[in-house]
Amino acid sequence: MVVSLLIVGAFLLFSLFLGLRAKRGKDMDLEQWTVGGRGFGTMFVFLLMAGEIYTTFTFLGGSGWAYGKGGPALYILVYGTLAYVLSYWLLPPIWIYAKEKNLMSQSDFFVSKYKSPMLGVLVSLVGIAALIPYLVLQLKGLGIIVSEASYGAISPVISVWIGLITVTVYVMLSGIHGSAWTAVVKDLLILVMVVFLGIYLPIHYYGGFQPMFESIEAAKPGFLTLPDSGMSISWFISTIVLTVFGYYMWPHTFASAYTAQNAKVFKKNAFLMPLYSVVLIFVLFVGFAAILKVPGLEGADSDLSLFRLSIQTFDPWMIGLIGAAGLLTALVPGSMMLMAAATLFAKNVYKAAVPSATDQQVAKLAKYLVPVIALIAAFFTFNGGNTIVTLLLMGYSLVTQLFPALLFSLFRSRFVTKQGAMAGIIAGVFIVAYTTLAGTTIGGLFPVLPQAVKDLNVGIAALLFNLVFMLGVSIVTRSSDVNKAADEERTA
Amino acid sequence: MRPLYLLAFLPVIGFFGGLSFANRVEPYVLGLPFLFFWIILWVALTSVIMAVIYRFDPANKEEL
Repeated sequence: MVVSLLIVGAFLLFSLFLGLRAKRGKDMDLEQWTVGGRGFGTMFVFLLMAGEIYTTFTFLGGSGWAYGKGGPALYILVYGTLAYVLSYWLLPPIWIYAKEKNLMSQSDFFVSKYKSPMLGVLVSLVGIAALIPYLVLQLKGLGIIVSEASYGAISPVISVWIGLITVTVYVMLSGIHGSAWTAVVKDLLILVMVVFLGIYLPIHYYGGFQPMFESIEAAKPGFLTLPDSGMSISWFISTIVLTVFGYYMWPHTFASAYTAQNAKVFKKNAFLMPLYSVVLIFVLFVGFAAILKVPGLEGADSDLSLFRLSIQTFDPWMIGLIGAAGLLTALVPGSMMLMAAATLFAKNVYKAAVPSATDQQVAKLAKYLVPVIALIAAFFTFNGGNTIVTLLLMGYSLVTQLFPALLFSLFRSRFVTKQGAMAGIIAGVFIVAYTTLAGTTIGGLFPVLPQAVKDLNVGIAALLFNLVFMLGVSIVTRSSDVNKAADEERTA
Repeated sequence: MRPLYLLAFLPVIGFFGGLSFANRVEPYVLGLPFLFFWIILWVALTSVIMAVIYRFDPANKEEL
């Protein structure tokens, strides 16, 4: 127990050290702090963006999904891969525009494209509302990891506080440079751990992959494929489509696209990243190995499957390394979420309300907001109960609502007006909130539809409403002055 | 829209279009249930396809 904790603690200190060291020799204005002075090459952007894939949700949740849901967990591999295909065309124009206009946050992009600070406020609020549950999820994961790695000696509550303080300190001091350097350590460690566990556990317990899958299939027929109803093929496809659209709409992911040195970085990443997501299959293998060896974890407890099987299998020093890898998977994305939420609030909500604020004031406010947002997340972590997963799914559906307005802003002819963009986002967010809170599915709304339509992810409905409102309101509000503004920009 | 870019639709067709026959356990390939093999195969193919697009996309030469 002492050994495992010492290892976790050593990695915690090391990541803090890296974070503090990373900022040396750099003048930390908002541009350095939040987008790394736009100087990151292929490797760093790759690691930052990969860092966002390997959150605690994939590490614990991926194995948990394999354990609890089986075949449908494969969607985790597909959505990332297709999102990188999309990124080849989506990210370069975003980056070029952001550099030209010197943008810092996701909302800046909308403000600048649609010439509407109000739209920026709306996008920021949607982003912050989606980020907080995501952050809470990282903190909950952190709590599980440290307390499991200490064999229960440290309570989840204390471990959440330890992680929260670390992440807050290094975000405030070093900004994105700290995240990038910690991402390097984290990715090496997690790659080694995940591949090792995913290969060793099936062989150790079953003698190989095929015997493992055969015994699962024998115990639970049909578990390794997509079922005919519920998480069926149409659920699989619609969920992946939604997640691909939402993938880059997270404020911290969107903003990490600004950190690149040039637009080609993304094109190179588009073929490197899918290879990286193959590694996720090993995370799933761990969950599958656990099904017959640590049976009986229900609901949220299925997230513990990776640790429970590891504790049953390995010595404490190994648990320490797994714990350290898990800890870093929470710290890197957690720090980026904190930073993105703080930047959004300072730059796109506060500055929109108080236009006289200077850049220094905004930068200072962004830093001081970090602990405030961390505390808000801590509050929800300790008081949120089991609604977190619901909130995360809601977060994903929320950011996806930003996609249509973003997409239309990239086209040369500006058909969508700022009013249209706002109406679409509001309509989509409203449907997401309603269906999530009421727990409705498409099948629940329309019981007479065929099963394939009933199983569609309910986010598809929100996206359709979004589009209809966006286009409808745009047609109505395309007054001559809007046209003139768009024309001016086109000729400029 | 360059014809080369149409290659990017192949992964979508592979992942989604293949599901109706790939959604099965048998036959095992490389020790994996068929659905697992199918998905991993297409992740790998996607990487190859994107590398081909990257390599032959004239837009990348212009920026050099």
